[in-house]
Amino acid sequence: MGRLDELRGGGKAKRHNARTIAALTGNPGCNRRAVLDAAGVDKLKLAETIGFPGSFGQSRFALSRGNAFEAMLKADDCELLRSVLGASDAAAYRDLGADTDDSLGDRHARTVALLSAASAALIDHPLLTLEVAGQTVYLEPDLVAYAHQGRLQVVEIKSFAIVDGQAESAKVSAAAIQAATYVLALRQLLERLGMDPLLVDHEIVLVCPENFAMRPVAVRLDVRKQLATLRRQLSRLSGVGEIIDALPAGVTFDLNRPASEIVAALGHVAPRYAPECLSTCELSTFCRHEASGTTGALGRPVREALGGIESVEEVLELASGTRTPTPEQEEAAALLRQALRLRSEALS
Amino acid sequence: MSTLTALARAQAVASGRAQPIATVRHLHVHDYPLVLVPLAMAGEANAPLAALVGADPDKPELLVVTQPRDRDERFRFADRLGQILVAYVDMFADATEDVPIDRGKDVRTRYADAPQLWVPNPAGVDFLRLFGRSTRFRTVDGEHPVPASVPLLGRWLTFFATSAEVPGSSLLVNAVQALGLHWATGQSGAEDAQLGVLLAWIQEGAAAARAVENGPVAGPATDPDFDNKVLAPLIERSAPELPDVLRELMLPTWERMWRVLDLLRRLPVGSRVGQRWDSDRDVYTAFAQHVADGGAPQPRRDGAVAAAARLQRLESAASRYAVQRAFDDPLVLAEYRLAGAAFAGTVTLAAPDRIDDSGKRPVLRPRIMVRTAESVRVEPGTSLTSPSRPSQKARVISLAPVPVTGETDVLLELSGGMGRKLVAEPGTVPAVGERVILTTLTEEFRRGGALPDPTETPWTHGGPPPPQDPQVPAVP
Repeated sequence: MGRLDELRGGGKAKRHNARTIAALTGNPGCNRRAVLDAAGVDKLKLAETIGFPGSFGQSRFALSRGNAFEAMLKADDCELLRSVLGASDAAAYRDLGADTDDSLGDRHARTVALLSAASAALIDHPLLTLEVAGQTVYLEPDLVAYAHQGRLQVVEIKSFAIVDGQAESAKVSAAAIQAATYVLALRQLLERLGMDPLLVDHEIVLVCPENFAMRPVAVRLDVRKQLATLRRQLSRLSGVGEIIDALPAGVTFDLNRPASEIVAALGHVAPRYAPECLSTCELSTFCRHEASGTTGALGRPVREALGGIESVEEVLELASGTRTPTPEQEEAAALLRQALRLRSEALS
Repeated sequence: MSTLTALARAQAVASGRAQPIATVRHLHVHDYPLVLVPLAMAGEANAPLAALVGADPDKPELLVVTQPRDRDERFRFADRLGQILVAYVDMFADATEDVPIDRGKDVRTRYADAPQLWVPNPAGVDFLRLFGRSTRFRTVDGEHPVPASVPLLGRWLTFFATSAEVPGSSLLVNAVQALGLHWATGQSGAEDAQLGVLLAWIQEGAAAARAVENGPVAGPATDPDFDNKVLAPLIERSAPELPDVLRELMLPTWERMWRVLDLLRRLPVGSRVGQRWDSDRDVYTAFAQHVADGGAPQPRRDGAVAAAARLQRLESAASRYAVQRAFDDPLVLAEYRLAGAAFAGTVTLAAPDRIDDSGKRPVLRPRIMVRTAESVRVEPGTSLTSPSRPSQKARVISLAPVPVTGETDVLLELSGGMGRKLVAEPGTVPAVGERVILTTLTEEFRRGGALPDPTETPWTHGGPPPPQDPQVPAVP
């Protein structure tokens, strides 16, 4: 893995987590993100260094409420959690998160031992692994529960409210993708242990506050669709090694290098900017700057409505007839000319 | 995204300025609107942090919850907001007007005007909806009593948020959507969600828009950096300057809201906007009456029949809104022309006195021939309408391609909108040489399916709902 360290230029590697995997799979065509994440580059610092700082923090208030909610659920031997999950009092609770040393391997080993014994009912702070783009990534679900008949269920504790059975759809779908990565990791683990991977339920349990109080409610979500997407995207990501091998020697994203050099290095890995990146990728404002003048920067629906033509300049030239369309562009060009004629007529 | 709007975005990129996508204003802008800029507390389930509210641009009233987890303080906020909102909506519950119904045989009364609430963005509407949900079931007695204004606020907020779901309603307007209806920027829709950026694209251009991108947010969500660096320390030490800090944070948005109002007022209003405002006044009248009669708060969830009826109303409102916008605005109609659902042409032949006497009684059925260069994707037998003669139907008799030119001759038979005699009133039949636009869109009212009485809800839909939801127990 010498090449990856070289790309990062020393310093501690940023670890993947369920959230970054979700973001990565959200835009699998982006080689730039795949390479930077594989090398563990701190994208927030990178963006700052090259003059495109972003704000990707989390509010203290949100964090403390989330923690308070989790603490409340786990208080008194998980009394509330048990009742909301319908788990019996006899079910044992094991917290694997006691270690403070950085030995992730140890915790993972303990997780594996506990899961293969299939004894504890509520496993807190388990540590799972998932292969992402040829790398082992450690994942930390909120909780894994053995429900009825020895089935394993991933439990996600979130602090957003479910009001009258409805929650913000963006938050629910983010939680579902996150939980799906855990389901996938658990299934792979069972497979390695020679157990039936389907012991892991494709239904996950989302525990959220109900309505406007801190009273918890558990909702089951079917994540089969997210699982399928995740598998497909992860298989596409496996090619990151080839991309890295194809990079010219000496290319590095070392944050101690001058900004111009880093920008040049970024030029060697093709991005795929979409406006959705703005909410999920620390480097997005840089990529947006690069993509200015393209129809893709306006969003996929706009690009499609403009016949898939790459640049704004080309669109306008085709519309005004100052550029001759290529045979593939004929149809789009005719539509654009008509659109411009109608616009001009209505605005005159 | 239509190709026409997408092209406008491309033009905006090239020119560095937002481009118009409407030639008239498609919403009612009140002379005396109430503007509300809400801020929510991060992490909490829709807990208010602050609000700037008022109907006078120079005198916004600041409401603040200085300790967001303090229940009493939160209800003081709701109490004051309730007083302001209720005083505002009650202003319109005096002057009435009579509306003829049943073909003039009867009249009913409605309020001559209605309230209009403005928030910065769609998230602001969601905030009001949830705030309405969290307050409308509160009771003035019992274990956790609240002032009477609180449940009243909840009902009105729920009323406004529900009406905002109706396409074309102008009772609760969000500025981002109102601007997006009339201008296209050179950025993505996701970036347009920021009011400051969107308005800068329209009024100052791309560079100014980029510059305000990291400026104060329009809420209701606050910036995490602001929370961590500014707000948290202030709350921790109960700082007396907290209200001023929040006022400063919200003032740019407050000021922008009034700029949006001014900007929209300068656009000529679409001719069918008034009709939709009439519907809004009807809805307001009915709800004000319901509240005055001490009616129950809106249920947490609609029953099956109520939900189906509501869906039907929303669907018919959506199609009415789409048609009215197209008829009011040639630029909107152009989208239908581009898609082949409308075409413009010139009348080449006209038989205005043609009588069809094949039936029991002779009827006036003039025919016209329209020649168009645009693509015509309609079949013979289809009924078309012209926005300039909305009460007249034009049935397609035949379509014939014109040799060489690539144009099309469309033969149409007209009915309706020509008076009651066997001779068409002057000007009601398009004359030779007149340019007409014909479309498959129609303003005709389509009656929805009949729904059973709620007590007859079939078992497939859960059976009859239980009698009125008991009041939700108050929770801290």
